[in-house]
Amino acid sequence: MTGYLFHTDQDRREMLEAIGAASVQEIIDAQVPADVQMKVPLAIADGLDEMSLESLMRSLAAKNASAASHTCFLGGGAYDHFIPAAVDEIASRGEFYTSYTPYQAEVSQGNLQVMFEYETLVTQLTGLAVSNASLYDGGSATVEAVLMSLAAAKGRTKVVTTTALHPQYRQTIDTYLESIDADAVVIEASSDGTSESMIAAIDSETACVVVQHPNFFGRYEDVQRIADAAHQAGAIVVQVFDPVSVGLIKRPGDLGVDIAVAEGQSLGNHLCYGGPYLGMMACREDLIRRMPGRIAGQTTDRRGKRCWVLTLQTREQHIRRDKATSNICSNQTLLALRATIHLSLLGPHGLRETAEHCVAKTEYARQQLSRCQRLEIVHTGPVFKEFVVRDRDGDVSELMQTAFNQGILAGVPLASWYPEMSDCFLVAVTEKRSRAEIDRLAEVLSSSLAAV
Amino acid sequence: MRNTQATQLIFEMSRSGRRATVLPPLDLPVPAVDQLVPKDHQAEAPLPLPELAEGDVVRHFVNLSTLNMSVDTHFYPLGSCTMKYNPKRNERLCSLPGFSAVHPLQDPATIQGLLQALYELQGMLAEISGLPGVSLQPAAGAHGELTALMVAAAYFRDRGENRTVVLTADSAHGTNPASAAMVGYETRTVKSRSNGLVDVGDLKSKLDGSVAVFMLTNPNTLGLFDSQIREITSLVHEHGGLIYLDGANMNAILGITRPGDFGADLMHYNPHKTFSGPHGGGGPGAGPICVRDFLAKYLPQPIVMKNGDTYYLGTGENESGTNDSIGRVRSFFGNVGVLLRAYCYIRTYGGPGLRRVSEDAVLGANYLLSRVKHILDVPHGDRCMHEFVASASKIKKARGLSAMDLAKRILDYGFHAPTVYFPLVVDEAVMVEPTETESKETLDAFAAALFRITDEAPELVHEAPHSTKISRPDDVTASRRPIVRWTPE
Repeated sequence: MTGYLFHTDQDRREMLEAIGAASVQEIIDAQVPADVQMKVPLAIADGLDEMSLESLMRSLAAKNASAASHTCFLGGGAYDHFIPAAVDEIASRGEFYTSYTPYQAEVSQGNLQVMFEYETLVTQLTGLAVSNASLYDGGSATVEAVLMSLAAAKGRTKVVTTTALHPQYRQTIDTYLESIDADAVVIEASSDGTSESMIAAIDSETACVVVQHPNFFGRYEDVQRIADAAHQAGAIVVQVFDPVSVGLIKRPGDLGVDIAVAEGQSLGNHLCYGGPYLGMMACREDLIRRMPGRIAGQTTDRRGKRCWVLTLQTREQHIRRDKATSNICSNQTLLALRATIHLSLLGPHGLRETAEHCVAKTEYARQQLSRCQRLEIVHTGPVFKEFVVRDRDGDVSELMQTAFNQGILAGVPLASWYPEMSDCFLVAVTEKRSRAEIDRLAEVLSSSLAAV
Repeated sequence: MRNTQATQLIFEMSRSGRRATVLPPLDLPVPAVDQLVPKDHQAEAPLPLPELAEGDVVRHFVNLSTLNMSVDTHFYPLGSCTMKYNPKRNERLCSLPGFSAVHPLQDPATIQGLLQALYELQGMLAEISGLPGVSLQPAAGAHGELTALMVAAAYFRDRGENRTVVLTADSAHGTNPASAAMVGYETRTVKSRSNGLVDVGDLKSKLDGSVAVFMLTNPNTLGLFDSQIREITSLVHEHGGLIYLDGANMNAILGITRPGDFGADLMHYNPHKTFSGPHGGGGPGAGPICVRDFLAKYLPQPIVMKNGDTYYLGTGENESGTNDSIGRVRSFFGNVGVLLRAYCYIRTYGGPGLRRVSEDAVLGANYLLSRVKHILDVPHGDRCMHEFVASASKIKKARGLSAMDLAKRILDYGFHAPTVYFPLVVDEAVMVEPTETESKETLDAFAAALFRITDEAPELVHEAPHSTKISRPDDVTASRRPIVRWTPE
């Protein structure tokens, strides 16, 4: 028998005796009707000892390419940013990762203080007044912001967004809106930006406008103008932001945004094939009681000492049940902890430097790729850390395969989300990519041309 | 020994000019950054983030960690949360770069090992639940509930049935009615009888053609397996409704009984509970769902599929090229890190071993119940599954000790508190879930501590805990005048 059980045969006998039962089966039989009990064991292979499990998992891991084995230029909402060693070291302390929601504040001050520090950092990153202690991920944080807006803008049922919002975030919004009386209006992103057509779509039925900036294609949106127009129409402005970008560009709060949400994976969290990630959310002070998720707040204990507790819990499902602001119960504290450590290590200068390197290296990559005959840079305006490339030969999968064979994850094909861009892919360049790696990318994509 | 100075906030420790990270020099033939980013987009001032040295950061957070109780350090019998041991080997193995550094938009052909694990996990979850359709996408238990209710709604829409009501048990988790409300359902509550089981008469009176789903937790939040389960599920099915099983308590029934066999049509798992994913101070979890055959086409996509020896991401399009899926409920595949830990856990125990897990969970809970029933009233009898709910009602009347008092004082004895004041159907509820990964000695010590507390001077208990850094924080002021961020003096 492998596993983590404790009881010896002697223990079992003594425990059953104290209970007054002949066997565990007798206890089960007293509650679980015989006709619903399993007659045969589960059809799952016998257990593995630690060495066998290790060898199995290592062999499965060895079958995967990753940002560790290949040079990664993939983005689209998840990025290969550098994670300092201290993040992994601290977050792997059992006192953090084997604890749970701070229901007993006295023995959870570590987690609660981290949550309070995280919330403060998020307000500093966004320029907004309040933050919650985290949501599931960027996509679900975006839909929660939409639901908040719909609840706040009573009676309004229109959600305006654009094709330059992450396609999976749009799909998530669509799924949630299916059940409620609201509709998303998706504006086609035009080559000269989306703000004009978005502004034109805002009307008195509009509950909120959702704009990603920098957008899915890495481009800057005119959030301030969109916000002005939305506010004039009485609508709420939701911005999906990149937490690294605000090291360099204006924050959501500086642009007049009401609710800011983000994927926090970039802040010290591993790629891990899409999760667990970190949903970030901050908003205006007056929206705080509509916010979903846990919130840690400061207070004093009975001896007058400063301390932290979960607060404003009357918003939440365990108190309000069907009247709660959201059904969310758990959150992503461990990922928020990692973001908190990461930001503490970076500080304002480190985050700015990271953002600067992203911008400069992305520009360099754009220049290098623009020299490849087969490739066309689709948008020529400024971008943050991503850009769209068109394959003039229209065979993106061949191009990606060639690069992969040379040890490069070259880009994210856009065909499945954007039929009009079936010959395009998205290239992301973080601070981790070296000049040599970028040169190599250009070389490999060019030599692919030679091979054709 | 604990460092008692270490509770400054990182913002208070900040000193202008300190920093912990430096990037390699940038040597690219590109214009300066202020020419690459349009002026009107550039930030006007540096961010107000704290400035710290690496040593500051490490000492700060390591010291903060020592202010937490955790499964690694303490017995944590938090009812309903299944705080079992989190295997170290799973942490090591799931941190292998071949898993942790995989980008979510990689071509499936480049991640065949990962997809194999996820494919096999889908199969194992189907086997354990007896429900063949599996989606690994939801991010947490509550998210799984929501997703499953969307699946049910899509099913009824397809059938042209306008069902508007979701029934929940009065002992249900708050997430059940909250999830139902988010899908636009009106929720009605089904009562429990005094023995803690569903009041079938009350259920009958609330069942009609408007009921879409009855959300049931079984074993329920009192730790009792509802022996009327066949009758309950048949009644709901007779009225054309579906049964949703809240899988929070799966730790009690692995290999013993299966939701699909007792009539559930949809369910979620909490792999962070049942399959030992570390709870991370409140998350991450994951909330995979399993459904019957006829509901599988509505599941979120993608789903991992296999063709010959190749694993791929299925979009589940049917023959006519249309797609009945409800769509995505989040970005990317799912909480893969949590799911891989579940995979490791299930592989470690294997089929027969999982049954042993549940048997030991039941044994531990019943043993602790046999001790605690001499100390506190246990209103629902002598037997339970994996957890039980005691009541401090009598001792509150007799000695003025509330459930909260007991919870606070037990911290001084070096134990995390049980869940208190849930489920709502028990007055002064004390909900205890020991899990299978605690020794008899630990359970004895916990019971002994509880016994001593009930005998202690009420004034001492009212002011507990005494051994922790802080005691009895003022929640009321925190909520009335919320301070939810640090601001400079």
